[in-house]
Amino acid sequence: MAEIAVASHPIDAVLRRDRLPHIWCPGCGIGAVMACYARAILESGIPLDKHICVSGIGCSARVPGYMNLDTYHTTHGRAIPFATGLKLVNPELQVTVFSGDGDLFAIGGNHFIHAARRNIDINVFCVNNFNYGMTGGQAGPTTPMGSFTTTTPYGNVEPPFNLAALAAACGAVFVARWTALHVRQAQEAMQRAMQKKGFAFVEIVAPCPVSFGKSNDIGEGVDEMWMYRKQCVVNDDADVTKIDVTMGKEAELVVGNFLDIERPAYMGYGKEVLGEA
Amino acid sequence: MTGNARVLTGQHFLMGDVACAEGGLAAGCDFFAGYPITPSTEIAERLSRRLPEVGGVFTQMEDEIASMAAIIGASMAGARAMTATSGPGFSLMMENIGLAVMMEAPCVVVDVQRGSPSTGLPTLAGQADVMQAKWGSHGDYEIVAYAPSSPQESFDLVIKAFNTADRYRIPVFVMADEVIGHTAERVTIPPADQIPRVQRKRPRYAPGDESFLPFRAEDEDLVPPMVHAGEGYRVNVDSLTHDEKGYPATFAEPHDRLVRRLAAKIRQNAHQIIEYEELLLDDAQVVVVAYGCTARSARRAVALARQEGIRAGLLRLITLWPFAGQKVWELSSQAAAFVVPELNLGQMITQVERFTSHPVVGVNHAGGAIMPPEPILDAIREVVM
Amino acid sequence: MAEALLRRPLDGATVHIPRGQVFIIPDRCKGCDFCIDFCPRDVLVESQTTNTKGYHYPVVAPGKDGECANCQFCTIICPEYAIYTEEAQDSPEANPPLAEVSQ
Repeated sequence: MAEIAVASHPIDAVLRRDRLPHIWCPGCGIGAVMACYARAILESGIPLDKHICVSGIGCSARVPGYMNLDTYHTTHGRAIPFATGLKLVNPELQVTVFSGDGDLFAIGGNHFIHAARRNIDINVFCVNNFNYGMTGGQAGPTTPMGSFTTTTPYGNVEPPFNLAALAAACGAVFVARWTALHVRQAQEAMQRAMQKKGFAFVEIVAPCPVSFGKSNDIGEGVDEMWMYRKQCVVNDDADVTKIDVTMGKEAELVVGNFLDIERPAYMGYGKEVLGEA
Repeated sequence: MTGNARVLTGQHFLMGDVACAEGGLAAGCDFFAGYPITPSTEIAERLSRRLPEVGGVFTQMEDEIASMAAIIGASMAGARAMTATSGPGFSLMMENIGLAVMMEAPCVVVDVQRGSPSTGLPTLAGQADVMQAKWGSHGDYEIVAYAPSSPQESFDLVIKAFNTADRYRIPVFVMADEVIGHTAERVTIPPADQIPRVQRKRPRYAPGDESFLPFRAEDEDLVPPMVHAGEGYRVNVDSLTHDEKGYPATFAEPHDRLVRRLAAKIRQNAHQIIEYEELLLDDAQVVVVAYGCTARSARRAVALARQEGIRAGLLRLITLWPFAGQKVWELSSQAAAFVVPELNLGQMITQVERFTSHPVVGVNHAGGAIMPPEPILDAIREVVM
Repeated sequence: MAEALLRRPLDGATVHIPRGQVFIIPDRCKGCDFCIDFCPRDVLVESQTTNTKGYHYPVVAPGKDGECANCQFCTIICPEYAIYTEEAQDSPEANPPLAEVSQ
């Protein structure tokens, strides 16, 4: 049975087909992660009309533009406070912030830590590709030490964030890390995040071959995917404080669903605080 | 606090900040996000007590950037949303004020101005944010800014600001100042059914109708109907230049078309938006143009000038933006000079100068105290000599 | 003798290996090779021809007809939504029980 050429894909049901093909480069992992989100939505049991996707700025922040939902492409770093206002006004909505590491953790870092602290009931799905891809590959808050980017031509000298540890320390009730290769696990983590009442964070490590992989001796997107295949260790019980992502050639890349706890979700300072309901 | 009603109908003795908060509640404000900053904090404090009473939501954010983002998100979910701040916070809000313009998100921002630049005079008055209100965010856009001169007007103008915001799908500013914010006077709150309420224009199409283009302005007012999150329209709302469908369209032609429409929906409707108060202008040879707390001193200066036989009058700006240029131009045919007192080093005076060829004299102080009537009177005397 | 040592599931005679039919949307492909590299049965290779964007899209490799087990990994790993599989709707002869599959 040879392949059959067709014109559409089952996942198109959740996508804005008239916007495809998307803007991402060959070998970029964002498209695969977006498909995880799309399948998680389809499997969530929550009507599509109640799913809201909010993003900041950057390659990963282009995801909502392709999702056939109510979508909001906001300013750089500000997706989380935008989503906070939206969610507090209409708690019925399933609000997901889908953005990148630079957007969420550099310019948007303050919003991330406070949203996690409050435990606002949103999902934050972060594609971590270790650099600012859209602006041409500058260093960011997740760029591994020693990495070469267009603004670290002699190697990066700043230690990066361990996003899972940061999210857990700030109060997130669900914390997971997967890669663009772990598409089934990432989808499942996203579904769990959607079911979770509170601030749920899923980091998805993904290749950015054009702006990061090629200049750091990783190679093409598929080469970085092989790196995940060989170096990833699944450990849900890992100590999140000890699972930095170094992208070293021999280093373990620990993935898993690390944290799933209960904590009262933030509903805003509304009628609930009167203690009458 | 005085009970649980949303609209506290009756006579009250309120400071301007509290009147702003009550104006918001009377207007139907459902959502406030803010960050403490003198001299606006009383607005947040009041609403943190009052919003839970009336079924609304208050939230204190991590900074003013987040506050502004949150009220835009709330607006997109259907709420009447507001924030309040002062100069340093207003600066931080500028980024997302541009977002509100681009997304056409109706919302209200109260700026209780203090002495500036930078941290400046946290507890003392200024009027030096009025140009920032117009030009503070990057790019071409038009906004509406009201300037209250009393606590009563603070109440009234916040209501008006909400209606203007919803009417045109824009952020609207209430440019108060520390003197007005912290002055307590009688405020009359009318019955709830007498509070004017403009409803947002809503789509005439059902969700799923392919012919619905959410950012197409089908009406002459150039305002597209507003879709709220979760209604089934599945709209993309974008900070990027977008086409009528809401999709990114980052090219020269759609950009020019979009930015022109965003500006034109205010420019072509400016005559319906612009408001001012006229005092003794019928025969005025000298016109004082003033706003906010300075207008109170200007009123006194005009009265003193009249006692001296000088035919002075006051044009009190209620909307700073759009500017009442047409009125200044009309007054130029009878008046010989203009006097513009401001608690800044000359901001709105540049607008007056654009619409007259007569002498325009500024009376300026960088801020820190209300301007007394005397320097304004001196300027009036000077221009008629 | 090798035949006798092979482990076989007890229900091997009745369980059918799912068969997949590969569907391609050639013009969406950007040639990342994710589907080709990570297909557990090495069913896919790059096409000889290019699509309208100039990329070699995946096709079923020569001699691999019938090898797709419909695991759908290509469906979910493809960042371009350019490939998917469905369970093949073919005759039992073309989809023999596990026991008959050549080892």
